[in-house]
Formats: sequence, C-alpha cells, structure tokens
Amino acid sequence: MSWFRREENKIEGASESRVRTEGLWIKCDECGQIIWKADLDSNLQVCPKCGFHFKLGALARIESLLEPGYELVDGNLRSTDPLEFADLKPYAGRLKKAQHDTGLNDAVVSAVGMLGGHRVVVSAMEFGFIGGSMGAVVGETIARAVDRARETRQPLIVVSASGGARMMEGIVSLMQMAKISAALAKLDEARVPYISVMTDPTAGGVTASFAMLGDLNLAEPGALIGFAGPRVIEQTIRQKLPDGFQRPEFLREHGFLDAVVPRKELKSYLARALDFMQVR
Amino acid sequence: MSEPTATNPAVVQEPVPEAWVKTELARHPQRPDPLAFIERMFTDVSQIYGDRAFGDDPAMFCAMARLDGEEVMVIANLKGRSTKEKVHRKFGMPDPEGYRKALRAMKLAEKFGRPVLTFIDLMGANPGLGAEERGQAEAIARNLLEMSRLRIPTIATITGEGGSGGALALAVTDRVLMLEKAIYSVISPEACASIMWRDASKRAQAAAALKATADGVKSVKCLDDVVPEPEGGAHTNPGEAARLLAERLHLHLEELKALPVEELLQRRYEKFRNIAQFYTAE
Ligand SMILES: [Zn+2]
Repeated sequence: MSWFRREENKIEGASESRVRTEGLWIKCDECGQIIWKADLDSNLQVCPKCGFHFKLGALARIESLLEPGYELVDGNLRSTDPLEFADLKPYAGRLKKAQHDTGLNDAVVSAVGMLGGHRVVVSAMEFGFIGGSMGAVVGETIARAVDRARETRQPLIVVSASGGARMMEGIVSLMQMAKISAALAKLDEARVPYISVMTDPTAGGVTASFAMLGDLNLAEPGALIGFAGPRVIEQTIRQKLPDGFQRPEFLREHGFLDAVVPRKELKSYLARALDFMQVR
Repeated sequence: MSEPTATNPAVVQEPVPEAWVKTELARHPQRPDPLAFIERMFTDVSQIYGDRAFGDDPAMFCAMARLDGEEVMVIANLKGRSTKEKVHRKFGMPDPEGYRKALRAMKLAEKFGRPVLTFIDLMGANPGLGAEERGQAEAIARNLLEMSRLRIPTIATITGEGGSGGALALAVTDRVLMLEKAIYSVISPEACASIMWRDASKRAQAAAALKATADGVKSVKCLDDVVPEPEGGAHTNPGEAARLLAERLHLHLEELKALPVEELLQRRYEKFRNIAQFYTAE
C-alpha cells in the first residue's frame, strides 16, 4: 500500500500532501480511514467518514460559494521582491516555484459573483502559496476587494488560510495589516457587510488584522486560529497547552467567534447572514 | 582552539552586518526605555490606568502630559528596570488589555481634541495562554482599524525595537518615526533565522536580510522620519537623545496641527493604502 507510506518515509512540507493526494486513495488525517479521492473531491474536501476538513484551495473555495458565471478579478499582481530577500534560497525563486505549482500569481484569489441572491466580492487565500503568507500582493489584492465592495456596495467575504505576514517582504508585509484594516474602517463607515471566514490555519498578522474584524467572524471546524504560534507560547510559559487550544470552540467560548460553520453549510449560512444585513 | 590575533590570521571572522550592529544597539541594556524619553520630554505627566473591561496591563503606560505646555496623550509600553519589575511588566510585551487600554486613551484624546504620541520599544505582543484567551489578535486588529480613523494628529516613535504586530498596534499614525539606531521588523532576526535558516545563530544574516534598520524601513517607504541619535547611540547621552527626539516631535506636531482634520485623515489613509510593492503581470 504505497500510497500512504509517509510514516516510514516522511517528506516534509507541501510535497508531503502532494505525495498523499496523488493516486486514487488517500488516508484521512483524522480518522485514519482510507477514502476515495473522488469522494473527497465531490465532498468539498471533507472526509465522508468523519467530517474532517482538509484544506480547500482558493479557486475551489470560490467555486463552492459562488453561482456559475462568477468573475475572477485582480489576479494579475506580482511581488517585486522589495527586500531582494535571500535566506538559504532567494525569495524570487520561491515565488517562481509557488507560481508554477499553484498557477496563481500570489496567495489570494478574488472574485465577484452571486451568493444566495446577493452579489458579493469574495477573496479566498491559498495556503499552498508559501503558506498563504501575506506580502504586498496579498495586501493589495485584499485591499482592492475591500475598495470594490465599498464602491459597488456589495458585501465582502474573506476566507483566510494563512501562516501570517510574509517575512520575506519584511516591514512591507507588516504594513499590509494596517492597509487592509484602514480600508475596512471605510467599509464599516459605508455600512457594507463584511464577513470573515477563518480556515485552517489562520495565524499571526492575518488573524491580528482583517480576519478578526468581520461584522461576523466565522470559522471552519478544526481550524487552528491564533496570534502567536502554539510552540512559541509553550516555550514562553513552559507548560503544555490545553487540548483544543486555539481551535474554533476555544475562540467561541472566549467570545471571539460568532459561529463555527461546517464547510457544507457555509454558503447557506452566509446567504442567511447577508439577508439580515441587507435587502436582497 | 586559538583566539584570532594579529599574529594568528588563521581564524577569519565574518564581518558583522551593520543591521546586526544596530539591532544590538537598539537592544542595548543601557538604552533609554520609552519611559526615560517621556520623563525627559514631558511635564505634568498624569498616568491613567485600566481598559475598563478586564484590568490594567503593567506593560502599557498611558498618561495625560504636556509637551512644552501643550496637552497631549502619551502612550508607551513599559519595560521595567529592576529584574523584578521587568518580570512584572513582562519585559515590555503588552497583553490584549494593554492594547485596549491604549485604544481607550486614544479615544479619550480624540474626544477632547488632543494629539496622541506613542513610544514603542518591544519585542512583540505577549505570546501567552491568557493573551490568546483574551484575544490578542482581536485587540491588535481593533487598534489598527480604529487608529486609522482617529480625528486627531497622531505620531508614533520606535525608540528601540519595533516588534511586529505588537508594535504596529500603536503605530498606525500620521507620522511614524524611528530613532536612528532602532529596528522595526515583521519578525525578530532570531525567529527569522530559526525558520528560514533552521539555525537561530544565523540571526545577523537574518537581520541584514530583513532590512529592519531605520534606513532599511525608510528605503521601502514605511517610515516618515529618522531621528538622529548621539554618536555611539542614545545610551551614551540620554538627555541629548531626548532633546533630539523632542525637536522632531515638535516639528511634526506643528505640521499636523496645521492640517484640516479631513485632510489629516485622508493623508493618513493614503499613506498606508499606498504602501505597495507589486507590479501588474501580463
Ligand atoms: Zn476522516
């Protein structure tokens, strides 16, 4: 059974999930059962056996929320590599590889289209593009989605999946938090609805900016959502973190989430919320 | 292992990047902390406490104060000086209630038309269990949003270390200043080194790559002004360092006060909205 031999042959990072998703079968991370990849694909990447939510790519996310005929927008921005950053590898090369692997220019995709009778603007983050990290292109693309929502008075939905600010763009990445938050202040003043949907993972500077600023803050089951990384916290407080720490139920219990919404119910939940927020 | 000496050139030492030299100066144990600057620059300092919701954060300082007789709200993180005080103040890393207290102070200043001056020297927001429970991310996010629309002049100064979102949550301001030897970064050089080089000892290389010095931040247009320091760094002459900073603050405050509030808000918005490093692909 060579299709899930990862235990004895551990490959790290993005390549790991690709090894496991090639072929016809895959093993569920949660329940350990073997599932048809076709079943997973037709079930929005939710395990049909246990309901575990696998990551859903940005384009598939948009497809899952909008009626056919939606239009992709602002997909043509690319990073200038403002710091000419290089660690063990140059950032420019990492960008090229991510662009090649995902077919996207950066870690977010925006679209306009219909959701439950409402014309909406959606931005969905792509975790497969350098961990969904936010540099200038993600910042600008989301800020444009906010502007578009305000100018057209169409509700904005942002689906987050991100490790946080992209360190290879340094301080420029940090400033994207301010930029999007300032744009959201204007959207708020214009009374145009904004719903934030946090998926696994939503961390760092993404959580600490637009992800927490929704008129409604929603999360998918099982998503890791937090500011500091669990390992950093464990090292700081020198104790083990409680079960369920930074999971949706934890955030809801502490008052930072409006609802935990399973993927298959997300579209109808959003449509219902938009009915409340505006006349169809 | 032999020490490198003039007569033993066998051991070649790599040059230390300037960014790391400045990082060490920014963190120098004798460097004046934000409170040391405040004590030298302001009079009639009346501290206010509490976020009106959970408690008072000992890592956050808010006070009504006078700058040359003019009423302003002063906000800074507190680092503490004795070991005991440093622990009490969490080495200057605020919790959510600290950011909420700061926002409350800013709104108070807005209500009565007083400018806000913030002073920042922190590694980051406190990474703790309680901080996560009480919504560190939400507190920072809220400050970013609300600071962008405060109807009063606002100036932030990074006096030492400007650590990521924890610093930005006090720095969405009309003017952002850095002391000449301060650093402002999305991630600490140590954390960057351990993630990207898988080796925390590569911190000097990481510091250089991150371009977190005042010059580096200015070069990517994320900074409004670099404040000169005494030769050798602020710690060699704290009085002179404070004088140099006060001079710049006066100048910026006068410029900002001359602007009609709508123009002030528009300029602040556009400044952050236009921080953009991208190109349009075919
Ligand atoms: Zn399963």
